[in-house]
Parts: sequence; C-alpha cells; structure tokens
Amino acid sequence: MQSANEWPLFEIFIRARSGIDHKHVGSVHASDAQLALEHARDVYTRRLEGVSIWVVRSSDIVASDPADAEELFEPARDKIYRHPTFYDIPEEVKTL
Amino acid sequence: MYTQGLDAPGSKSMPAGNAATQRLEAKFQARIDAEEKIEPKDWMPDAYRQTLIRQISQHAHSEIVGMLPEGNWITRAPSLLRKTILIAKVQDEGGHGAYLYSAAETLGVSREQLIEQLLSGKAKYSSIFNYPTPTWADVGAIGWLVDGAAIMNQIPLCRCSYGPYARAMIRVCKEESFHQRQGYDIMLRLARGTAQQKQMAQGALNRWWWPSLMMFGPSDVDSPHSAQSMRWKIKRFSNDELRQKFVDFTVPQAEFLGLTVPDAQLQFDSATQHYRFGAIDWAEFEQVLKGHGPCNRERLAARRDAHESGRWVRDAAAAYAEKQRRRLSDQAA
Repeated sequence: MQSANEWPLFEIFIRARSGIDHKHVGSVHASDAQLALEHARDVYTRRLEGVSIWVVRSSDIVASDPADAEELFEPARDKIYRHPTFYDIPEEVKTL
Repeated sequence: MYTQGLDAPGSKSMPAGNAATQRLEAKFQARIDAEEKIEPKDWMPDAYRQTLIRQISQHAHSEIVGMLPEGNWITRAPSLLRKTILIAKVQDEGGHGAYLYSAAETLGVSREQLIEQLLSGKAKYSSIFNYPTPTWADVGAIGWLVDGAAIMNQIPLCRCSYGPYARAMIRVCKEESFHQRQGYDIMLRLARGTAQQKQMAQGALNRWWWPSLMMFGPSDVDSPHSAQSMRWKIKRFSNDELRQKFVDFTVPQAEFLGLTVPDAQLQFDSATQHYRFGAIDWAEFEQVLKGHGPCNRERLAARRDAHESGRWVRDAAAAYAEKQRRRLSDQAA
C-alpha cells in the first residue's frame, strides 16, 4: 500500500528507565533510521517517557500469523508440570 | 505490530451471506462480546475495518487541523510562560495526530492516502475547528471546553475493541488533561482580572459553548451508525449520554468562574440530577460539516500551504537518505 515516494515506516521501542525492557510504543514514518530516532523522540518522549529508543524498519519485522496461534501456543497449555504449583510438597518440608 | 505490510487482509472479502463469512463474523462478534481486543492481523469484517479507518482518520485530521486555531495565538501569547505552554499544547496535538495516523495505517490505508484525503477536502474533521479565535480568551475556552469535550469522548475510546486505537487513546488521554487544565487556568485568570478581561472570557464562552455541545455529534435518534458501533464496542456511550455528562460537569465550572452559560433554558433538574439545556442548532452543525463554517476554507488553505511549504524538506531528507544508502552500498562493493 506504500507508494515509492512515501517515507518508510519504523516501529518504535522505548526503554522507560534503566532496568526494564524496551517496549513497543508505536510507529513513525521517516526517510532514514536517524530521522526516525529524531521523530520518535518528538512524538513519543515529550514527557520523560524514556531513556533509550530503538527504531526498526517495519518491513524487517517477521511476525507470527494469528491463524497459526493454536498450533504455536496451544501445546503449552497441557504442560502444567512446567509450573511449580503442579507439585504437592508436604507442609513439613520448608523452603522449597 | 503496527506493520503495514503484514496486516493486508489475507483473503479477499467473500460475498455476503457466504456460510464461511458468517462463521467468521460470529466468531469475531463472540471475541468482542468477551471484551477481547482485535489486533491488526486478526480477521475482521470489512465494515468494521472501514468504520475504524473512517473514524480514526477523522480523529487524526481533527488533531492536525486543531493545531491551527490555537497556533494563531502563539506569537501573541500574553507572556513567555503562556507562550511556551501553548507551544507545548499545539505540539501535543500534532503528536496526537501522529499516534492516530499510525493506528489508522494498521488497517491497511497509507499515510499518504490519508493526508491526500484531508488536503483535497474529501475527509471530514471535527466541526469545532472551523470557528475563529479572535481573542486570547478563545485559547482558554478551547482548552477548557473543546479539550474537555474531547476527553469525554476519548476516555471511553481507551476501551475500544480495536487494540491500536485503544492504545493510541490511552496516550492521548494522559496528555489531554494538561490541555484542559491550562485552558481553565487561562479562563480563571481572566475571570478574576479587570472587568474588561472578564468580559473577554465571557465572550469566548459565548462563542464556544454551543459548538462544543455539537462536538458530540447528532442526537442519538439521528445517528444511524451508532448502534452498530456499540455492538462492535468501538463506541461505549451514545452521543446524547456523553453530551449530558459534559454539561453536568462543565456548568458548575462556569459558575465558579462567575461566567454565564449562554443558554436561557439551562436549568438543574433536581429529580434527574442533570442539567436540562436548550435546543442545539443542528442546521449550523450541518452547514459547518458541509464546509460552510466561518473558517473551513481558511483551515484547509493553511494545511495545504504548510504541506507545500514543507515539500523541499521532505525531498531533501529523501535525497539525503538515498545518498547515504548509495554510499553504504559503494563501500560494501
């Protein structure tokens, strides 16, 4: 849908403060990655929302298809033994 | 993800009544009923997609055109502080437009198409921005009333069924409260000032009161798309419900300012605990929407001029990016 003279789209990820992950916040159009950073700074961090920005060209992101969600994620549903609460430990046993 | 290339509908829309489509539609509605969010790549009825594209893009256009009436006062703000506040507010409006265009693009429409629709006059935007701002008090009244009415509309949109729109609205609402409060602060200062300043505040209230009530859109009985939007949980409250809430919140704020709401029929109904208000001039609303408001032509001309004047910047940035790309590929070769 994007015509040749439209600036490419970049996805924006922001780290709110050191110690936490970068999180997807939205997207901007820009002629290149450097300008995408500048635009992301103006659009998404006007109120101290971040200390670090990542920009990624949207066309470089490979995403799973919602139609495949069942086969991708359902198999984890019946593997309840992966959770610690699956195991009954006698009350007498401490710090386990 | 907000990725255009990925969200193109997988299959061409099937003819209506097709059993497979009906199954998909039933499943879709069940997800909505269960308060699940719809994301860009999920299957959605074409009408849902089109409704959202129309609504989100109109909303985005309103933010962009909304920069104009107040931008008019940036160079004439009464103090350096008021000027910096106003610049920050107008910049926020541009930001809101950017969040919303991004959200609309996830539905498969391009930014270029959207901007073209605005500049050609094909797209609609909120009727309110076609009114003039002759005095500084109008800047106060816009923040207090127009942003106040916008908040009323936008808070329920934070729970809209379409994920990207809901997320954009959460960001917008966080910033909108500053807009309303700075507007009320301007009104308060004028209302407590000289008789002339108070008169100026009253004049702005007189100009913006009725257009603000019109911002909620036609009465429920004349709003044909409302029921479907409610079923899809794009809309959560009717136009009339939100308008009533706005009046109930705002009248006491006007009283505190010592200003008079320009409605002789305004009256508190102690039985319903709501204010009853006079009839809205829907003929005026229709005229403004059709392009015959006081500033429609001026607003569009200003947008077109800004777009054209910025063309050399866009061209230069694109040429620079291309030069950098060529340099990199030459180095690699």
